[in-house]
Amino acid sequence: MIPLSGQLLNLLAAVFLLIAFAMLAQRRILSLIHLYAYQGLVLSLSTLIVAYSTHQPHLYYSMLLNFLLKVLIVPWILHRLIHRLNVQWDVETLLNIPTTMLIGLALVIFAFNLSLPIVQLAGTINRSTLGIALASVLLSFLMMITRSKAVPQVIGFLALENSLIFAATSITYGMPMMVELGIALDVLVGVFILGVFFFHIRNQFDSLELKHMEKLKDN
Amino acid sequence: MGFFNPDMAGILPISIILDILVYWLVIGFSGLIFIRNRKIVSQVLFPLGALGGIALLSITAFSITHSPTSAILPLGLPDLPFHIRLDALSTFFLFLLGISSTGICFFSSGYFSRDGNFSPGLVCLQFHLFLVSMAFVFLADDAYLFMIAWETMAMSSYFLVVTDHKVPEIRKAGYIYLLMAHISATAVLLCFGVLQKAGLQGIGGSYTFDMMRHLNLDNFWATTAFLLALFGFGAKAGLLPVHVWLPEAHPAAPSPVSALMSGVMLKTAIYGFLRVTFDLLHLQIWWWGILVLTLGLITAFFGVIFSAVQNDMKRLLAYSSIENIGIIMSGIGLTITFQSYHMQALASLALIATLYHCLNHACFKSLLFLATGSVLHATEERNLGKLGGLIHRMPWVAVLALIGTLAIAGLPPLNGFVSEWLLLQTFLLTAGFPQPYLNMLVPVAAAGLVLATALAAYVMVKFYALIFLGQPREKKLLEAKDANYWERLGLSWLASCCVLLGLFPVEVIKLLNAVPGLLIGQALGKVTSQTNWLFLTPISPDRASYSPMLFFSATTIIILITFLGVRLFYHGRVRRTTAWGCGYPMQTFRMQETAESFGQPIRTIFSPFFRMRSELPSPSDPAPHYHNITEDRFWYVLYFPIGRFIRFLSNLFGRIQQGRISIYLLYSFLTLILLLLLI
Repeated sequence: MIPLSGQLLNLLAAVFLLIAFAMLAQRRILSLIHLYAYQGLVLSLSTLIVAYSTHQPHLYYSMLLNFLLKVLIVPWILHRLIHRLNVQWDVETLLNIPTTMLIGLALVIFAFNLSLPIVQLAGTINRSTLGIALASVLLSFLMMITRSKAVPQVIGFLALENSLIFAATSITYGMPMMVELGIALDVLVGVFILGVFFFHIRNQFDSLELKHMEKLKDN
Repeated sequence: MGFFNPDMAGILPISIILDILVYWLVIGFSGLIFIRNRKIVSQVLFPLGALGGIALLSITAFSITHSPTSAILPLGLPDLPFHIRLDALSTFFLFLLGISSTGICFFSSGYFSRDGNFSPGLVCLQFHLFLVSMAFVFLADDAYLFMIAWETMAMSSYFLVVTDHKVPEIRKAGYIYLLMAHISATAVLLCFGVLQKAGLQGIGGSYTFDMMRHLNLDNFWATTAFLLALFGFGAKAGLLPVHVWLPEAHPAAPSPVSALMSGVMLKTAIYGFLRVTFDLLHLQIWWWGILVLTLGLITAFFGVIFSAVQNDMKRLLAYSSIENIGIIMSGIGLTITFQSYHMQALASLALIATLYHCLNHACFKSLLFLATGSVLHATEERNLGKLGGLIHRMPWVAVLALIGTLAIAGLPPLNGFVSEWLLLQTFLLTAGFPQPYLNMLVPVAAAGLVLATALAAYVMVKFYALIFLGQPREKKLLEAKDANYWERLGLSWLASCCVLLGLFPVEVIKLLNAVPGLLIGQALGKVTSQTNWLFLTPISPDRASYSPMLFFSATTIIILITFLGVRLFYHGRVRRTTAWGCGYPMQTFRMQETAESFGQPIRTIFSPFFRMRSELPSPSDPAPHYHNITEDRFWYVLYFPIGRFIRFLSNLFGRIQQGRISIYLLYSFLTLILLLLLI
């Protein structure tokens, strides 16, 4: 039982990382939202497996919450948003994609090295996935940096949050329920607020290009 | 003496003083009710404020010899109440506040009754808030209340300085003032932090002065605290090289405010410095005193030569304030040195001279600033080069200002002489330092002091002669009106204070004597000689003694005899002719000394001190134009480089700020990576 779930967890972690890379390389906003939903699905699945194999009831709630929020609600909101904003066009990246991927690779190696000593201390069944979770955090961060439009940046931010939850489940079987609820609410509210902001930004600058916001800098 | 029985008087002086402060606050806030009503504010509220000043003056004069009383105010943060304490030092400075504020309040009733570009109610509020905050600076017995009062004082005076905020120069002056006030407040706060540092390990770190008194800092920390206090309080007092706000802020403010700032607010810094150095710090190191003495003398000298070349009458007085602060500081420096060598008698003499000079400066400088206010109102002119001959148009102001001028020039029998004489006596009577170098330094310092006071007299001749004597340099001066009744009352109050402080030094010193008793641990012994009570004799009758009454009577008698002699026995004629006619057949007002020509010798002799730009026309120029701009070198040597450096640093930081979100994210990303690498 445990070896099987361990295998499954490792597989899911690998998929998680793969999705993170895919997001880094994806140019289209619509596909980006789909990828985000898949990532949420992988996160929920892995939480489910951990919950099942360790008999931690609160992880079931966590999984349910994650599933509802990150697979259904937030992608749906984002979908509506880009439809209303009419921005399904390609995203262009600041750096070219191969370079970004290479940097991403370096980050993964770095994250694995970093997680080694921590993994030896942890006693969870899915502790080997910490390196991946950490790598995903860094990759999401990298994605935020390389994007020049507002919506992908927000998705990068949401992916960052996904990775954090993933890291938390992998090393301590998740955060306390209250914290997780709080984070979930934050994400929801954050998406709403950013949605409102997008409209304002577009009204102001006629585009969602972030470089227009450089004008806001005072000299 | 020294004993006080609370039951005897029924009410403690400290509570009466608090009542007076509440009364001032009430007056200030009633200004908000009558915010546009110039008449009520000027004719009712300001005179009522003056009554508060008189009450403060009387109660402090009565209670200065009482032993210290403390109280805890039911104000402040929870668990952090305000502590106040009334001891000889605070009583003395409250006395000083009472004397000046009475005269200035009376004058303000006249000054603010005229039309101007301000809201009278607001000025009334800020003015009284300023008075109350200064009083709380003197009363505070914890660093917390002290800093709150200190900042309130800075803020209320800032708003008073920029009363006429429509003028850009005034806003700029206000900004410089505010900046310096905050730099000074930061240093003072740090100083208190150092002083209570040891408390953190022990009793649990409270900021009360009482606890600081019982700490024994080691030499290093004591020196740090002392230097911070010197910088912080020095910046507020106008000590070199942090004096630059003074000549900007004082001319910008309305005259009663300049009077209050120069007369009393500078003394709050002196008070704070004395409080920290002699009360809160338990030890004094000899070189501290030498440092303060040197700085003080340089400040005095610098102030007086700059004051000699000013053409704006209020700037001239502001530089003269710097000079007086220098004199006061050198007295403090001397006191510190004596105290560090345990020469208590001389230390208390030096301290008394210092305090006396504080009191005198509060009177005569306020008087002169107020007089400039009257002149300014009557003529709309502050440039000395465009005034003149006002003694005929404004006899009241002229006579009263003459008293102030003579006092500040240090002429007997007025008060300026007494304190400068005492200070010089202290210098001259010292030859007993254990270090030979110090003994050689003292005469040099004394010579510097004499030079500064002599130049001050020169400056005052310039001030008085150019405003009041000679012929009017402008047509409009012929219509100048004398000060109104309230203004005359305020000026007369301060002038009579100058006279009384000069005529009865023995009585004043008896009052002041409580302060060295508190700070030095030993009061001065008898200050009159055994044989003759008329004489002020600080050390012994065969060294030096001075009797102002005798001098005054002798002078009066000689003048009377001469006058009567001329009137009765000589020709007895009175002949009226143009002022300074010198027998020339034709004379115009252009043929008199100008402000520039009066300053010219000083400009030439001390030219290395100034930064001068002058334009001299060639003799063949058909439309000659002459001008000379004298500037303070410190702006160029110290302040502009600092400003440039800060601008350079900000530009460096500005380069980090790209305005692009990705770059900001990259910064946090790199920080994250770096931190992860480090752990």
